[in-house]
Amino acid sequence: MDQKTNTVEQKIKRRSFISFATFAVLSGAAFGGWKWLYNSPKEEAGITARARVPLRKAMNKTEVFFRNFFSGNHLVKTYPKDRAAQKVRVNSMIGLEKEGFNPEEWELTVAKSKDDVFKLKMEDIRALPKTEIIFDFKCVEGWDQIQHWAGVRFIDFIAHYQLENETRMQYVGMKTPNSKYYVGLDMASALHPQTILAYEMNDKPLTSEHGAPLRLIIPVKYGIKNLKRIGTISFSDKRPGDFWARHGYDYYSGL
Amino acid sequence: MKVIKEKHALAMRWTHWVNFPILAIMIWSGLLIYWAHGVYSITLFGHTFVKFFPDWFYQFFNLRRRLAEGMAFHFLFMWFFAVNGFLYVLYTIISGAWRELIPKKSSFKEAWLVVLHDLHIRKTLPPQNKYNAAQRIAYTAIIVMGFGSLVTGLAIYKPVQFYWITWLCGGYGFARILHFALTIGYVLFFVIHIVQVILAGWNNFRSVIAGFEVLQEPAVPGLEQIQDEPNLITDPSGPKD
Repeated sequence: MDQKTNTVEQKIKRRSFISFATFAVLSGAAFGGWKWLYNSPKEEAGITARARVPLRKAMNKTEVFFRNFFSGNHLVKTYPKDRAAQKVRVNSMIGLEKEGFNPEEWELTVAKSKDDVFKLKMEDIRALPKTEIIFDFKCVEGWDQIQHWAGVRFIDFIAHYQLENETRMQYVGMKTPNSKYYVGLDMASALHPQTILAYEMNDKPLTSEHGAPLRLIIPVKYGIKNLKRIGTISFSDKRPGDFWARHGYDYYSGL
Repeated sequence: MKVIKEKHALAMRWTHWVNFPILAIMIWSGLLIYWAHGVYSITLFGHTFVKFFPDWFYQFFNLRRRLAEGMAFHFLFMWFFAVNGFLYVLYTIISGAWRELIPKKSSFKEAWLVVLHDLHIRKTLPPQNKYNAAQRIAYTAIIVMGFGSLVTGLAIYKPVQFYWITWLCGGYGFARILHFALTIGYVLFFVIHIVQVILAGWNNFRSVIAGFEVLQEPAVPGLEQIQDEPNLITDPSGPKD
C-alpha cells in the first residue's frame, strides 16, 4: 500500500468513527430524553390533573398558540335538518345521577360573583329567543355525529341578563347540580355565536340522558365540554375546575 | 483504489435521524388516540379483510385506555415533526438538492425497471446516480405524505378554526381516514425501506450517518480495465491524490 491509499483508508476510518460516535451519543441522549419525559411525574392535582408535568406545560403553550387562530366569526358548518341523527349518541352520564335531583324543582343558578347570585326557572329561559343548530358534534374519542339542538344562544342570554361586565372576565364555569361534572370555558369560546344553552333536541324537550332540562352545546369544543344538566353558571378570571382536564385532557379542548 | 465520495449532506442526515424517533412517537401516540374510536377496516362485499385493529394488537402494544396520554404526546411531538420536516424541505430548496430528489419525466418509466430489477426479474439497472428513479419517487412521496399528515392533522385538530383545510381534505370524517391511511403508508414505507437498506449494504447505510460513500475508482481516469494491475499504469502524470 502506498501513502495515498493509506490516507484514504485513514480518512474513512476517522470520519466513520466520528460520525458513528456522534450518532451513538445523540441516540443515547434522545433515548435518555424520552425516558425522562415518559417517566416525568404527574402534575399535582389542581384545576388540571393526571398529566405529566412537561406535557401539561406543552398543552397550555399549544393552547396559547392556537388561540391566535380563534375567531367568533369562524362558524361551525351547519346542515339541513334531515341530516340530523335520530338516535343521538350518549357517551357519558357523569353528573346525571338520579339521587337528589328533581327536574320539577330545577333552577339555574347564575353566580356573577360569590355574593351576587340569581336563580332562573325553565320558563325564564324558554322566554328568551330560541336558536337552533344542526352541526357535526365531535367527541374527543374521534367519533362525530350530526345533531340537532335548540335553545338560547349564550350571547343572547348574557345580553338579556346584562352580564356584559362578567364577560370581561377570562372564564365561564358550569357545573351539574350535584357538582360531579363541571367544565371551564375560555370566554371567547363561550361567547361564540353558536354556543347555546339547549333545552330541545330534534324538536323535542331534552331527555334526561341528554341533560334535561338544560345543557350546554358549544360546537367550538369537543363533546367533553358540552356539559349536560347545567346547575350553576359562574364567571372568573382564573380557570374554573374542569372534569376531563382533571383526567389528563387538554383544558382548552377547542376545535 | 478507494475514493471517498460525498453523498448526503449533514442537514439531510440530521433531519432523517431526528425524524425517525419523532415519527415513531407520532405513530404510537396516534394509536393511543385511534383506539378510542378504532373503526376502520378494509371490507369488500361484506367481507372484512383487515380490521384496524384486532384486540390482540391493542393488548400486545398496551394501547388501551390511554387517550388523554396519547393526545398529550401527539400534540407535543407534532411540533417537532413539523419543524424538522420544514427544515429538511428548506434545506433541499436552498441547497438545490431537490434536483436530485424530485422525480424526472423519465423516472416513472425507469422506476418500473428498478422494481423489476429488485424483484430479480430484470438483470440490468437504469442509471443510479444519487437516487435512482424508484428512490426519487419514494422519497419525494414520503415528503408529500409528511405534508399530508400535517394538513389532514390540522383538519381534524381544528376543524372549526381551519374549516377551509377541513373542506380541502374532503370533510372531517374523510380527513381522519386520510390521516390514518397516511400512517399505514409510513409503516409500509418503513418495511420496504428497511429491506432495501439491508440489501443495499454497508456502504449505503454508512453514507446516511457519515455522509460519504467509498467508491472503487481507477487511479487514472479512463483506465478502468486495468485498475487491478497498477504496474501497467504508465502515465506518470496521473492524479497525485
